[in-house]
Amino acid sequence: MAEADGVSARSVPPYLREAELIKQGAEARVYRIRFLGKSAIVKERFPKRYRHHVLDEKLTRRRTAQEVRSILRCRKAGIAAPVVYFVDLSTNCIFLEEIADSITVREHIAAAQASGQSVESLHHLAEKMGRVLAKMHDEDVIHGDLTTSNMLLKPERSGDLPLLLIDFGLSFVSALAEDKGVDLYVLEKAFLSTHPNTETLFQKLLQSYTAASKKAPAVIKKLDEVRLRGRKRSMVG
Amino acid sequence: MTVVIGFEGSANKIGIGIVRDGEVLSNPRRTYITPPGQGFLPRETAKHHRGVILTVLREALDEAGLKPADIDCVAYTKGPGMGAPLVTVALVARTVAQLWGKPLVGVNHCIGHIEMGRLITGANNPTVLYVSGGNTQVIAYSERRYRIFGETIDIAVGNCLDRFARVIKISNDPSPGYNIEQMAKKGKQYIELPYTVKGMDVSFSGILSYIEEMAHKMLSSGQCTAEDLCFSLQETVFSMLVEITERAMAHCGSQEVLIVGGVGCNLRLQEMMGIMCEERGAHLFATDERFCIDNGAMIAQAGWEMFRMGQVTELSDSWITQRYRTDEVEVTWRD
Repeated sequence: MAEADGVSARSVPPYLREAELIKQGAEARVYRIRFLGKSAIVKERFPKRYRHHVLDEKLTRRRTAQEVRSILRCRKAGIAAPVVYFVDLSTNCIFLEEIADSITVREHIAAAQASGQSVESLHHLAEKMGRVLAKMHDEDVIHGDLTTSNMLLKPERSGDLPLLLIDFGLSFVSALAEDKGVDLYVLEKAFLSTHPNTETLFQKLLQSYTAASKKAPAVIKKLDEVRLRGRKRSMVG
Repeated sequence: MTVVIGFEGSANKIGIGIVRDGEVLSNPRRTYITPPGQGFLPRETAKHHRGVILTVLREALDEAGLKPADIDCVAYTKGPGMGAPLVTVALVARTVAQLWGKPLVGVNHCIGHIEMGRLITGANNPTVLYVSGGNTQVIAYSERRYRIFGETIDIAVGNCLDRFARVIKISNDPSPGYNIEQMAKKGKQYIELPYTVKGMDVSFSGILSYIEEMAHKMLSSGQCTAEDLCFSLQETVFSMLVEITERAMAHCGSQEVLIVGGVGCNLRLQEMMGIMCEERGAHLFATDERFCIDNGAMIAQAGWEMFRMGQVTELSDSWITQRYRTDEVEVTWRD
């Protein structure tokens, strides 16, 4: 695996040769397959030829392992995330439960805005996001790549709309308010740039985050600090 | 036909360019170069700009074969950048605008880079990686703004490279980044450095602290060469940049990348970005040092877009600002 200098004949794992490629994300290719009679998703972290192979192998291995660890940690704490069926460390493939009929929060918000719904109608969703993230941070899981693309909504017959977290490749475990603050900062920027005119929505999210976690005040204080840090506000050159 | 002259001097380059309806007529530039181990400071930089700006202006007009009467509008960099150099250049722009009786337009420097890149490459709606000594941003256009999806949470990538160059006394002529690029080609050994990506954001301060502390130890013990350090630093920071660009593309569903800013003329960065694009069937647009590095034509081009939409800056509003976010500007000239 992981050929040194971009040898073109990349070894595709045998079980993916027939699989249906659903999409190529930033980190991995995502396939749909059957696994022990269940419909499953395979996330293949293929070698990135643009990176030096030593760096690439290290990052790929670390992220594959970390993704699985954090999903397990979240699921143990009752935070919805796809079930991990199997991990193939030799090819950096993770077999995950397929979340059928789900849409991303990004699509949901975009659709709501396109159909002229008021921002207020999305407050409920923002509050749910805040609660889930508070719970995740209380477990000391730092997601590392929070965006509205990495949260899924799965409409249920009961009318419920559970929120699932996905894409834990950049995640790590930390109890530091600093790391949690940066996690929220990353989300805030992605949120506001992806969904123009939704500042109140993000405020709602933070309010419910604060209400849901005892540790929230320290995190929010860090978030305020990170917003002002470095050259983010004043760009020179 | 609309002819716009642009004045740029937000950092250590002073450039004046003339653009006529998408055609660059002239684009002369001077660079303030400091001795190895030293960066450029605002006061000295402004002094340098004051010394050469009228010569550069004369060159811009002569090269274009135009007289002041042929100019329709005077554009200048309003910010962001270093205060003293910005003031110097704005003062000259303001003066000639009054002497010639032409309207003024204040331009956001980052928007200048983006519009120049779009003009030169023909990229339509790209995800933009803007990388320079002061900026590191991943930008995409939506709803009348260039929105920042990812950026550095501390120092800019070019600042990280420049300060590394100072540590091991690499020459600033023609630029520290260029010299690092040439030395990196001779690097053989890959030294592991911190790698910090946070979603679509990056951080370079940890890498810089690490390499500042370790460089002399590793060099004096013969563990590696200066070339190896240049190579490893480039491989690491450029991988981070390509990664966040790819993440923003996946998030926005974009199939085009445009690299702008001084670090953007680094061929290794362009090569890595090209491989990433190939792997996902996307298209890469990049320019060379004439247009990547700060120049006057980029200010003229953004000014041209603004002027055509009827935007002008009144004399009383023709101040400068060191802080001016890319997403503060309403983009009136795009759908």
